[in-house]
Parts: sequence; structure tokens; C-alpha cells
Amino acid sequence: MAKKINITINGVVYEANSGETILEAARNAGINIPTLCYHKDLCVAGNCRVCIVEIAGQSRLAASCATPCHENMEVYTNTLKVRTARKHIIELLLSEHNADCTRCYKNGNCELQNLAAEYKIMSEDLIPLAAYKNYSIDMFSPSIIKDDSRCIRCQRCVRTCSELQGVNALTVAYKGDQMKISTFFEKSMNEIVCTNCGQCVIHCPTGALIEKNYIEEVWEAIADPDKHVVVQTAPAVRIGLGEELGLQPGTRVTGKMVAALKSLGFDSVLDTDFTADLTIMEEGSELLNRLKKVLVDKDDNFKLPMFTSCSPGWIKYIEHMYPDMLQHLSSCKSPQQMFGALAKTYYAKARKLDPEKIVSVSVMPCTAKKFEANRPEMHDSGFRDVDLVITTRELAIMIKQAGIDFPKLNELKYDRIMGVSTGASVIFGATGGVMEAALRTAYELVTGREIPFENLDITPVRGMKGVREASVIIDNPLAEWKFLDGVEIKCAVAHGLINAKKVVEAVKNKDAEYHFIEIMACPGGCLGGGGQPIPTNSEIRDKRAQAIYEEDANLPIRKSHENTEIIKIYNEFLEKPLGERSHHLLHTFYVERKRH
Amino acid sequence: MTREYNLKRADFIFRNENDWEHILSRTLKKDRRELINELISSELKGRGGAGFPTGLKWKLTSESEAPQKYVICNADEGEPGTFKDREILMKVPFKVLTAMAICAYITGANNGFIYLRGEYKFLQHDLQKAIDEFIYYCNDINFKFSIDIFMGSGAYICGEETALMESMEGFRGEPRNKPPFPTGQGYNRMPTVINNVETLAHTYTIFKHGAKKFYDLGVQFSRGTKLFSVSGDTPKPGIYELELGMSLSDFVNDFGDGDTKAVQVGGASGFLVPRKKFSETNIGYKGKLTGISLPTGGSMMLFNSTRSMYNVLDNYLEFFREESCGQCTPCRVGCQQLHMGIKAVKQGQKPASYLEKLLKLTETMQYTAKCGLGQSVANSFSSIVENFREEMIY
Ligand SMILES: Cc1cc2nc3c(=O)[nH]c(=O)nc-3n(C[C@H](O)[C@H](O)[C@H](O)COP(=O)(O)O)c2cc1C
Ligand code: SF4
Ligand code: SF4
Ligand code: SF4
Ligand code: SF4
Ligand code: FES
Repeated sequence: MAKKINITINGVVYEANSGETILEAARNAGINIPTLCYHKDLCVAGNCRVCIVEIAGQSRLAASCATPCHENMEVYTNTLKVRTARKHIIELLLSEHNADCTRCYKNGNCELQNLAAEYKIMSEDLIPLAAYKNYSIDMFSPSIIKDDSRCIRCQRCVRTCSELQGVNALTVAYKGDQMKISTFFEKSMNEIVCTNCGQCVIHCPTGALIEKNYIEEVWEAIADPDKHVVVQTAPAVRIGLGEELGLQPGTRVTGKMVAALKSLGFDSVLDTDFTADLTIMEEGSELLNRLKKVLVDKDDNFKLPMFTSCSPGWIKYIEHMYPDMLQHLSSCKSPQQMFGALAKTYYAKARKLDPEKIVSVSVMPCTAKKFEANRPEMHDSGFRDVDLVITTRELAIMIKQAGIDFPKLNELKYDRIMGVSTGASVIFGATGGVMEAALRTAYELVTGREIPFENLDITPVRGMKGVREASVIIDNPLAEWKFLDGVEIKCAVAHGLINAKKVVEAVKNKDAEYHFIEIMACPGGCLGGGGQPIPTNSEIRDKRAQAIYEEDANLPIRKSHENTEIIKIYNEFLEKPLGERSHHLLHTFYVERKRH
Repeated sequence: MTREYNLKRADFIFRNENDWEHILSRTLKKDRRELINELISSELKGRGGAGFPTGLKWKLTSESEAPQKYVICNADEGEPGTFKDREILMKVPFKVLTAMAICAYITGANNGFIYLRGEYKFLQHDLQKAIDEFIYYCNDINFKFSIDIFMGSGAYICGEETALMESMEGFRGEPRNKPPFPTGQGYNRMPTVINNVETLAHTYTIFKHGAKKFYDLGVQFSRGTKLFSVSGDTPKPGIYELELGMSLSDFVNDFGDGDTKAVQVGGASGFLVPRKKFSETNIGYKGKLTGISLPTGGSMMLFNSTRSMYNVLDNYLEFFREESCGQCTPCRVGCQQLHMGIKAVKQGQKPASYLEKLLKLTETMQYTAKCGLGQSVANSFSSIVENFREEMIY
């Protein structure tokens, strides 16, 4: 228990925990202090200086985000001295900034703009420095745009990429007036180790790092009478979208989202959940196959543990950082790409459509999915499998542009075919969800019985701890799986690439023995993805996770192999998991990439 | 021209006494607490800029509990025109090494580092030889201590103690938030004493001759002697050891060329004193003396009437604009604004009253910048602009 201390803020005595910063104590007391470089997910930097406060007895102002409270400290957050200094600092930031907000993607959702609005900076006394700077915009990545002219050098992105992701793609370069956020040798974002996870984007307070948006392209496709536009929505979009449209974090909006998509004019509104279930069938079978090859056949061509492959940020990470481990990756495509390949084959055939006229759009909580859809090998349908990827945020923008009163929409259901989801696929949106879904199905395939967890809730793999472990002992399996009798299947789950690194290192150094490992590039899994609503922090992610598990608990089918459309697709099209068609459409390969 | 020789020169630092082995072994036998009290009673303050009482710094570090502690000698000497630390390391390295060992003994540190300015690479060889000899002797007398040289990365800001530690840990040289202070969490987040080369050399004097001898020199709040790097319009540039507390007019009488218009005390981050304030200005630490502190290096730069104060300020601001680490808003952007602002006034693009706006801005920089660099830009800016306003405008 933290020791309680007394601190006086603006003349009123409050209780604070010792060790807390002035900022935390003030916010707990309901007094807001503006911040820019501070972010709850990150370590304290203390470089923007807008959070300054006056401490009695000190002539210098203190950065409240970086200054611990002391017993009987006397703090003032709104004196003339503080206001003058804070206004100066905002003016300084703006003087260095390309502040033409009306042409900025973050207009309306920008921390710098909010601050300027609050402090009513109306005049421009200082010299506009932006005009003298050779600011550049990097638009080469399919996922992320980096516009240095909107950067306030708070280093949130740098801390994100290093502390949460361990990638260190972004660094601070140069000093003094030249100081900027840069990459290895100032290369473009598409030429470096960047995984396109977009965590820097959701942690950036301004328009300096944004997703590359494809909103106009989607509108154009919808408007084209010759095109049949299908849209798939990832599991985590339904629990995030509401936040961008005025609802509280953790609000489930599945039905309203479907209604909105129909009203936007998509020809068919389908669910990535369907291919999430398909992933479970394929990946589960692949795992069982690997277990047999390794444990029984002693076949060196198969490696354990097997890593999941549905997070494209994680895929690019391992391709860069651990190319020698690529054989450990499941060969399954991500649900998005499975969906894309099927949309222009299975779906086209069933709906009697010319696949060339199908535009396949996906709504994802993720910026790395934009890169993934762009990978040259993702053309197994004979066409580009997924044409356009937009994030949860871009969808919200479209809904606003269309003038839809989102909270008032009547809930609608997904179209068929490829629109049935299960609880198992919904939880793909949370860290541990793939593991839980896979265990529900694999255990049952092997033993013929349900996995022995109350209500099928495999709680050890849930939660937000960076790395979690679980194991299941296979007891009395069906004849075909006799070799697994009594085997303890050991699993691990990691989210955030910094945690992925820990697990991969443990596997490499043989410090840990696992059979199956789920990895999601983003903190919290897809629900905390780089395409999700801004802001993000652990409380918001917890609420989104809660919504996901509620959605799971409320669905009539909660196991992938019981999804009626999954049964149907294997009967009518794919025949069996790991079959020839699956192999062609649903599985992929990986490439080695440079470490810088 | 009449000259009064009121300056009290001294010769402690560079006096080659060759008795370090004796001083070291003798001091290591004394009680730690007694040694700290000796140092505290000398009232020695840091000679690297901030003027923090050295005895208190060592005491705080000795009281911090940790599995590992460090002693760092700050030899980054980045202030333009100063080279006193270089001279000390060249001429009397054993005084500094001995002081580091005594500091380690008192605080419980096992490892020492000398953070040597990149441009001083030519010193490295001889210094390493001295270290080897020194450590050999430490082993002989059974005192466990190591000293390593860490070559600086060439940025002025790396002389700031926490930026220096970041740089030693392999990170970008950016100052840290304080608190925590190095005495509690320094290098590798372990308690660390970091002192300027000269400060350490003075402790040698104190441990050799006793605190009283040191205390008796100088004046209240500013005890002992200090090395000054004298440069600019002077017939005798160089390094001088002087007693603290002298008046600036005495100094100018001794070192000026008869036409001294102003003296910059303490380098770019110090104050410019115009002729009319020479007699009321004393050189020493804050407390007794009028508005003058002694930042990094003890640099004293004299300007005669041929010098344009606008150019002087322009130079300083260009220096800060480039040497700021760039992390914090007030300093990074403030320095650019000041630099371009005085130009705009000079060229008539901004009215003279814009100088008042800039003066207010320097106040904000002083209150809000993260480290000493940004905080002290106001010193030279306001002292030059306020005293030589006409030169800024016309
Ligand atoms: C921008 C900046 C540069 C500095 N450069 C030096 C330096 O080169 N050498 C030095 O000893 N101290 C320098 N300092 C002061 C150190 O931060 C620190 O106060 C000093 O090393 C402590 O030693 P002392 O107590 O012996 O003075 C600098 C401070 C600032 C803000
Ligand atoms: S980043 Fe913010 S302040 Fe800057 S132009 Fe965009 S909206 Fe405006
Ligand atoms: S890109 Fe964004 S997060 Fe990074 S330093 Fe600039 S403003 Fe901050
Ligand atoms: S997208 Fe992810 S990996 Fe790339 S720079 Fe941003 S945080 Fe780093
Ligand atoms: S004051 Fe200047 S040098 Fe110091 S931390 Fe801020 S930007 Fe860096
Ligand atoms: S929020 Fe505290 S310094 Fe930036």
C-alpha cells in the first residue's frame, strides 16, 4: 500500500499517494493540467513543458508530469506566472508548426489544436519558423504517413516504438533547431524495420503520424455501378467504433455498424469473424499435424512451438528480427487475407459474380493490415485478394460524412454467405483470444469432449499481463490422436512486440518449452490496434476487452467448428482443413527481411 | 594609467606537490564522517557551473543505499574559450585521481569514470598511464577502486551531468528530469557523485591542508580560489587562479586593455556586465554578490569599445540554438525565436518593442526549461539587451 501524504493544490488540501506525480495527484483531485508529451502507456519524458505548475518556495516552475509529490507540498496550477509561461510554450510550439488545421487529417482530434483552442492563441507575435524549415512528408508506406511539419517532438512515438514494441524504428536525430524524429539513415517508413503496427500513430498527439487513408477510394468503388463492393469487419472493430462516434469505450455496436455499412452503400456486409473461425480450423489442424510430425515422426522439417500468424505487424517483425525462426510460424494467412482470397472465389461463385468486378474492402483495427493486403503474394484468388483496407477510424469518418446518426440506427444482421460469427471468432479481437478459440476447438477435435473449463472460458489465457502461460493435459483422446494421451500441451500468449521479443528469445535460448504461442503485435491485441480510436490507454483497452468477452458470452455458437457456414464451406468448397484448396487459398509463406 | 593590484592570486591547483601517495594513504585511514565534515566546513562549491556544495553532495551519496555507486569526473569542458580542466588533467592528474579515490572511499563507490571531452583525445594516452600507475598503487595499499576513461561524444550538452550519464549508458545525450538527482539515481540509476575536474582538484587541497586553509581564502558564500579562463580584448589571456570575491573593476584593472566596455562573466550562459556596473559587481556565488553567479568554466571574456554587442549576442544565440539538445520546447524553439527575433529587430522587420516580448520569453525559458542550458539563456540575453539596447536596434 502506498503511503498517504497531504498535498495542497490551489489552496485546498488533498490526500495523495506518496510516489505519485503532481499531475496524477491533481487529476485524481479533479484538477486538470494540460499535457502533451505525457502518455499513460509510456514512461515520463517531461519535454513539452506545458504541464508546468508553480510550487511554493521555488522560483522555477515544475513539470507536473515529472515531479513527485511531497508531504505538505503547496502547488498552484493556475497562477498568472503559470498561465503566461504555458501560453508562451503553446505559442512556441505553434511557431514551429505547420498549423493549417483545415488541411490536416487530425483536425478535430488533435491535442495541440485543443490546447491552442483552450488558450485562445489568436495572434501570431512570434516569427513563423515552419516557413524556414525543410519539412518533409513521407507518404511511401502503404500504412503510415509521417509529416514532420506537424510534429511537436514530444517523442511519444519514439517511446512507443521502443517501450511497447521494442522495434526502435523511430529515433531522435540531430540536436538544437535541427532536432527531429527520424528513422535509420532517414529512410522512408516503408524501407525500414517498421512493422506498420500503428502504435506510434495512436500515441501521437498531432497529425505528424497518421494512417494512410483510403476513404475516397472506397467511396469511388461504392459509387461505381459496375462494381460489387463487399466489406468485411474485423472482430475488434465492433467494440471500438462507437468511441469515435460519441459512445463510451466498451460499447458493443455490432448491429449498428452493420446497419451503417449498409447505409453507406456496400453491396454486401460480411464478417471477418467467419474467416477467424476458418483460421482456427486450419491453424488448429496445422498444430495437431505439427505435433504428430515432431512427436511421432521426428520429422525435422516441422518446428515447435508454432507461432500464430494472424497479426501482420508481428509477421513483419519476425521477418526482420528473427528470420531464422520463420519455420515456427503457422502458414495460415490472417483472417483478413483468407477472407479476401475466398471473396473472389467461393463467394463470387456462390453469388454468381464476376470476381473481376468485386471490390473487396476490409475494416480493420489495424494499420499493418494495409501493408499486408499490399504484399505481392496476396493474389491467390487470381486478383488482388483485398483491395482496400480502412481502419476503424476511417470507417467512423465515412459514417460522419454520410450524415448518419449512428447511435439512433436500428441494429441489422450481417449478410450471407461469410457472415456468420461465433464467440470463438469474436475473441480474436483480444489478446489470448486466438489461443482460447484454438483450444476450444482443438481439444474437442482430439478428445471428442468439450474443453474442461467452466462455460468454455479459458481464463488463464485472458487478461492483460504481457506474457501469459497455460497448459492443457490431453486425457483419453480419440483413437486417431492416441499419441497425445497424457501430453501436456503448453501454450503462451504475448501482446505488444516487446513481450513477443521476450517469448521468442526464451524459445530461442530454450529457456521455455511451448507447443503453441499466440502473438499479437499490439498491446491488448487487436482491440488496442493501431487503427482503433484515439486516445488509447489501459483503462480504455480493459473496457474494450470486457465488451469482447460479453459479445462472446452472448453468441449462441461459441466454438469455431460449430459455425454453420464453416461446416458448409468445408462440405461444398474446401473439403477438409489443410486440403488442397485450403493450401492454395488460405496458406502463405514468409520472406526474410533486413534488420534495419 | 594607474593600476591597483587588489586581485589576490593563488597557486594551489597547479603546484606540483608529488605527494599524492602520502595524501591518499593518510586520508584513507581517517574516519569517513570526519572527512565529510571537513569538506563541508571548507564550504567548497562545485566549480562546474551549478555551484552545489561539494561536501553535501558527497554526504548525500554516502547516505544513499544501493548495491553500486559511482564517482564521475566531468571533463567535458565544452564552454568555448575555456581549457582549465584540460590543463589540470595535463599537469596534475594525480590530484584529481586521488580526489576521486577519496570520494569513493567516503561514499562507498567502487568504480570511477572520467568523462573526457571528445576533442581531448590527445590527453587520453598520458591520462591512462597515470590511471594505471594510480590504480597500481591503490591495489598496493589494498584499496579496491577502478577508473575508466569514457570518451565524450562531442556535444556541449553532454557536459550537463544527467545528459552525460545518458550518454555513458549508450543513449542520446538528453538531460533527465530532476528529481531524482544523481546523488540518489545517477549513472545506471545508482547513486553517483559527479564533479568537475577543478572541484576535485580543490578537494585535494582541502584534504592536504585542511578545510580552514581553504575557507580562509575568498569571502562569505564564496570560499577558496577558482581558476579563471581570461580571454577577449586583454593583453594577457590565459588561466589564472584567483581568490573568489574580487570586484570586477579590480579584475578589469588587472586584465583589461584600458578600453574595456563590458565583461562576459561565465561564458555564453553567464552575464554580460557593462562598464558602469564593474564596481558594484563581485565575482562569486549567489548570496552575497550582486546578481552574478559563476556558471561553467569560470570564463571571463573582455570586450573593448570596438566590439558590437549585437554580434556578441548573435554569436551566443547561434551557439545555443545549435547546442540545445532540442528536447524541450522552451529551449529548442525559444533559442530559435530569440536568435531570429534580434535579427528581425535589427533589420527593422519587427519594432523595437519586440525586444520586450523576447525578454518575457526568456523569463519563461528560465522558469520552464528542463536543464541549465535553456534556463540560463536568459542571463546573457537580458543582460546584453537591457544594457545595450541601442546596439540591438540601430
Ligand atoms: C549545458 C551544460 C553544460 C555543462 N557542461 C559542463 C562541463 O563541461 N563540465 C562540468 O564540469 N560541468 C558542466 N556542467 C555542469 C554539470 O551539470 C554539473 O553541475 C557539474 O558537473 C557538477 O560538478 P560540480 O558540482 O563539481 O560543479 C554543465 C551544465 C550544463 C547545464
Ligand atoms: S496537427 Fe493539430 S494543430 Fe497541427 S495542423 Fe493538424 S490539427 Fe492543427
Ligand atoms: S511524430 Fe507525433 S508522437 Fe512523434 S514526436 Fe512528433 S508529435 Fe510526438
Ligand atoms: S508503426 Fe509500429 S513499428 Fe512502425 S514506427 Fe510505429 S510503432 Fe514503430
Ligand atoms: S533546456 Fe535545452 S538543452 Fe536542456 S533539456 Fe531542454 S532543450 Fe535540452
Ligand atoms: S506533459 Fe509534462 S512536460 Fe510534457
